[in-house]
Amino acid sequence: MTTAHAEGAAGNLPHEPEKATLEGRNKVLAFWLFLGGESVLFGTLFATFLALRNQTNEGPSANELFHLPLVAAATFLLLVSSLTSVFAIQAMHRGKVAVLRNWLLVTVFLGLCFLVLEIYEFSVYVRHEEFGMTTSAFSSAFYTLVGFHGAHVAFGILWISVLIGQLARKGLTVVTAPKIYVSAMYWHFIDVVWVFIFTVVYLLGKVG
Amino acid sequence: MLRPQGPAAESSFDLMKLSITIMIVVLLIVFSIAAYVLVRFRRKPDQREMPEQVEGSFKLEVLWTVIPLILVVVLAVPTVKAVFAAGNDHSNDKNAIKVKVTGHQYWWEFQYTDYGVTTAQDLVIPAGKDIAFELSTKDVLHSFWVPSLSGKMDTNPDGTTNRFSFSAPNEGVYRGKCAELCGPSHGFMEFKVKSVSEAEFEKWVNSMKSPAVLPEDPALAEKFKSQCLTCHAMGDMPDMSSAPNLTGIGSRESVAGILLNDDTGVDGAPVLENLKTWLHDTQGVKPGNKMPDPKKDMNLSDEEIDGIAEFLAGYTLD
Amino acid sequence: MAQAAQSLNPSPPLRHDHSVKRHTGLMDWITTVDHKKIAILYLWAGGLFFGIGGLEAILIRIQLIKPMNTFLDAQTFNELITMHGTTMIFLGVMPVIFALMNAVIPLQIGARDVAFPFLNALGFWTFLFGGVLLNLSWIMGGAPDAGWTSYTPLSTTQYSGTHGVDFYTIGLQIAGLGTLIGGINFLATIITMRAPGMSFMRMPMFVWASFITSAIILFAFPAITVGLVLLTFDRILEANFFDTSAGGNSVLWQHIFWIFGHPEVYILILPAFGIISEVIPTFARKRLFGYSSMVFATILIAFLGFMVWAHHMFTTGLGPVANALFSVSTMLIAVPTGIKIFNWLFTMWGGQVRFTTPNLFAVGFIPTFTMGGVTGVMLASAPADFQFHDTYFVVAHFHYVIVGGLVLGLFAGLHYWWPKMFGRMLNETLGKWTFWTFIIGFHLTFFVQHFLGLMGMQRRVFTYLPNQQFDLLNLISTIGAGLMGVGMLIFLTNIFLTSRKPADAPDDPWEDGRTLEWTISSPPPEYNFKQTPLVRGLDAFWKEKTSGHKTMTPAEPVGPIHMPSATILPFLMSVGIFIAGLGFMFSRDDFGNAFMGFMFNNYLVTAIGLVITFGSMLLRSLYDDHGWHIGPEELEGR
Repeated sequence: MTTAHAEGAAGNLPHEPEKATLEGRNKVLAFWLFLGGESVLFGTLFATFLALRNQTNEGPSANELFHLPLVAAATFLLLVSSLTSVFAIQAMHRGKVAVLRNWLLVTVFLGLCFLVLEIYEFSVYVRHEEFGMTTSAFSSAFYTLVGFHGAHVAFGILWISVLIGQLARKGLTVVTAPKIYVSAMYWHFIDVVWVFIFTVVYLLGKVG
Repeated sequence: MLRPQGPAAESSFDLMKLSITIMIVVLLIVFSIAAYVLVRFRRKPDQREMPEQVEGSFKLEVLWTVIPLILVVVLAVPTVKAVFAAGNDHSNDKNAIKVKVTGHQYWWEFQYTDYGVTTAQDLVIPAGKDIAFELSTKDVLHSFWVPSLSGKMDTNPDGTTNRFSFSAPNEGVYRGKCAELCGPSHGFMEFKVKSVSEAEFEKWVNSMKSPAVLPEDPALAEKFKSQCLTCHAMGDMPDMSSAPNLTGIGSRESVAGILLNDDTGVDGAPVLENLKTWLHDTQGVKPGNKMPDPKKDMNLSDEEIDGIAEFLAGYTLD
Repeated sequence: MAQAAQSLNPSPPLRHDHSVKRHTGLMDWITTVDHKKIAILYLWAGGLFFGIGGLEAILIRIQLIKPMNTFLDAQTFNELITMHGTTMIFLGVMPVIFALMNAVIPLQIGARDVAFPFLNALGFWTFLFGGVLLNLSWIMGGAPDAGWTSYTPLSTTQYSGTHGVDFYTIGLQIAGLGTLIGGINFLATIITMRAPGMSFMRMPMFVWASFITSAIILFAFPAITVGLVLLTFDRILEANFFDTSAGGNSVLWQHIFWIFGHPEVYILILPAFGIISEVIPTFARKRLFGYSSMVFATILIAFLGFMVWAHHMFTTGLGPVANALFSVSTMLIAVPTGIKIFNWLFTMWGGQVRFTTPNLFAVGFIPTFTMGGVTGVMLASAPADFQFHDTYFVVAHFHYVIVGGLVLGLFAGLHYWWPKMFGRMLNETLGKWTFWTFIIGFHLTFFVQHFLGLMGMQRRVFTYLPNQQFDLLNLISTIGAGLMGVGMLIFLTNIFLTSRKPADAPDDPWEDGRTLEWTISSPPPEYNFKQTPLVRGLDAFWKEKTSGHKTMTPAEPVGPIHMPSATILPFLMSVGIFIAGLGFMFSRDDFGNAFMGFMFNNYLVTAIGLVITFGSMLLRSLYDDHGWHIGPEELEGR
């Protein structure tokens, strides 16, 4: 029923179109809940990493391995992408579809750059440092934690890309708006997780 | 565990008695209220009027919050005390006997680090002395448990080894068990604790150090050396802890931990018979155990197996 | 759904009126998104797995009937205990809990469906395919054998060489995904879909219990997700999380497992508390005593449930400080639990108690569960637990809680809501036979196990040596298990006979129904409520009855009702995950067959599965579900 209504009212959306329908509000609420579960998931992964981070099994240690400039660049890209996704939602609230699409495109692009850097980083470790999944408990914990995050980024890129396509075909409606809104929530969440990874894995690895 | 024979087991038993008493009181209260309610407030066939819809009672709620809280405190205080008392593992106690316990699928290894003696399956200890254990495993998790002497403690892999302590004031033989699922023969991973007088203990230590003996028949001795002693150790041989030490196996309480030695045949069988049972069918006695089969894997004939069994049965500590 | 339509626009154009084909037969079940049908699916699937787990239990008890028994070999026995525990908890009782939650919660809160009908179906199908995957292990090279706790290193490839534990990790992973989805769905449903006037403190206790349970699921299941991922990586990708020789830590698994595992216990028992809190007031004809303290106690139990996990690890060697803390925090749980028990007793105090089958189970629950509770407090005392741990005392304890608590509660709930779910009353005589055989069998089986434990019998032993005074008690225990099996058979007979009778149950078959589900027909129409009811207090229906009304006051005029479309996508997504799981599990195998090797070793099978799943997700995202409407004419026509 919502679409039927929304199509008739295109261009005349409420200020927060993601919360205009019960379905939309449910979606946003459920996504908050989902992120609660995701926090436990990453929390457990962090706990595992902290328990095993010094178990290098004669393989490379965190201090020998990490090159902070590369990671800092990746961090910068992801933080900026979070900002651009805020711009996207602001554009959505103003009803500016083209601006929204452009900011989403920028977000996806930055996410892709982050992912490329991460894949490059992993490949350097595997090829030149002999640091693979099976090297040590530290390496297993590192690849699992950072890899889980990387998989989340990859999924987010695909997801937002699909939404950009939908935006082009269907326009901004009370059906597409909640999707875009929760994808932005997701994107912020993986950004926050990265901040923790940067601190706990990389900075602490260099210092501790 | 209901007949504690040492201070550690008694501490557990005291808490059990205390908690059981409290809990029986609780159960009696709940059961009697339930019985009263169910008898008194049955619906009678002619009852049509509506019972009074009571919302609750703040006083009652407070009552059945506070009383259980008090009961919990009554139980918690001695619990915490006993937990910290059990935390004393005697690892720095000069008078304690230090024993390194290693769990294997499915046998127990006991190293007396201060005496340089290693044995398996029978843990011999001097009565009344504190024994300081260091527990670890060579493979999967096991749990070291002598119900009548003490609670259990897991044997973890290196890096997470555990320490604990108990003592046995009375002389006697106590049954020990593995209490953590460790594979098919988990239920058969038993051992014995022999609490003996101090003099007897010293004697036992000395005889454990005497040189290894071999079967008299040279051909059998050769087979025994090449097939058995590659894994097992005896007497003064270095023990690689790859298989149970065989020193004085003829005077142990059991074969393989579960075939009880009893010459009268009442509670087991004579040691020779048990050794034959074991060596002819190790997988039948202890499914999944890691010893190669004497016949199939080591190509020993039935006669040779019997010969080795006889030799081992005669290998006693004086 | 309709509320939304209304809030936006009172008369939306009905372009989708019956534009959606209604499926029939098997297709109806595979594509349904109706919470009532999903409830029935959960019930049958859960019942099937419960039956499998029960048969495993009977085999276990036959093996233990006498010392040195050779009925089963040791390896098979270990597979049976592992599968019995895993099946019963994850695939047996949890789905039946979800069945009741699905059947009852939307009705009790006056909603037309759950918040996410699509996700609801997805949750069911992932659970089912996870369960099927786990049980395939029996015919695909050996079941898991490391216990339902799968402690490392016993569960690593070095000591458990078959694919058994892989079936465990991947099967549970998939089934757990379904549970997590269900949990989020019910949280959202209860938060946003309540009928007008139903504030949080007017919700029936079963809704409260399910709400808290769903919250625990949300925060506990991700931990086991991670644990299972780590174990899977160790086993299949040769990672080193639990491999001590490469720096891993085997105790880490125990922490992760129990951080999930203890809350899991409350995921199981809280819904039973909720059911009992519905059944007892109904048949005492009295409102629940101390409603608000019951709510508070439930929340407190859930909260404490997250900080007691290490009481499963007192003998792991955590040191006295941790042991003392976890001892005390565990004992504290007795307090809110006690509050609940006394409140139930005082609900009946001054009431008019009727002994129908559901109430028999509910009344039987109270003393039985109390016994399980008090042994729990005994186990909480760490120095005593050094003795109890891993003995039959523990086995007796958790069966008193899970069978004597949860399963009795489920029986109460099933007999109570059966007429609402199926429109047919279960036979009361057979129901009472079920109760007496089951509960007598239960106490015979498990009461003696306390003493077996105290006398030193460890759990998980495939047999035991004679002359330890274990023989008689084990024999009694096995006889009791047989009696429980008889009780189950009577229950199945009852279901079968009932299903052949006409569906003629009245709206309020127990005559004293207090909550909204009894205001509509049995079974309810697919839209549940023709008009959303207005809730004017706790026990909404009872309140109307006592004011002399026969029906609820509607909160809206009769209007078109929006319904979600049936869809096969949830089923397909689950099939995809199932294929991907199997593919990943066998990715390191040598098949001796070029094609199979090519498909599996290059992760192609996994990829195909994932393409099916993500492809279905994409379809779901691209094609909006407009749903369809049931018009007022049809509503009035019924």
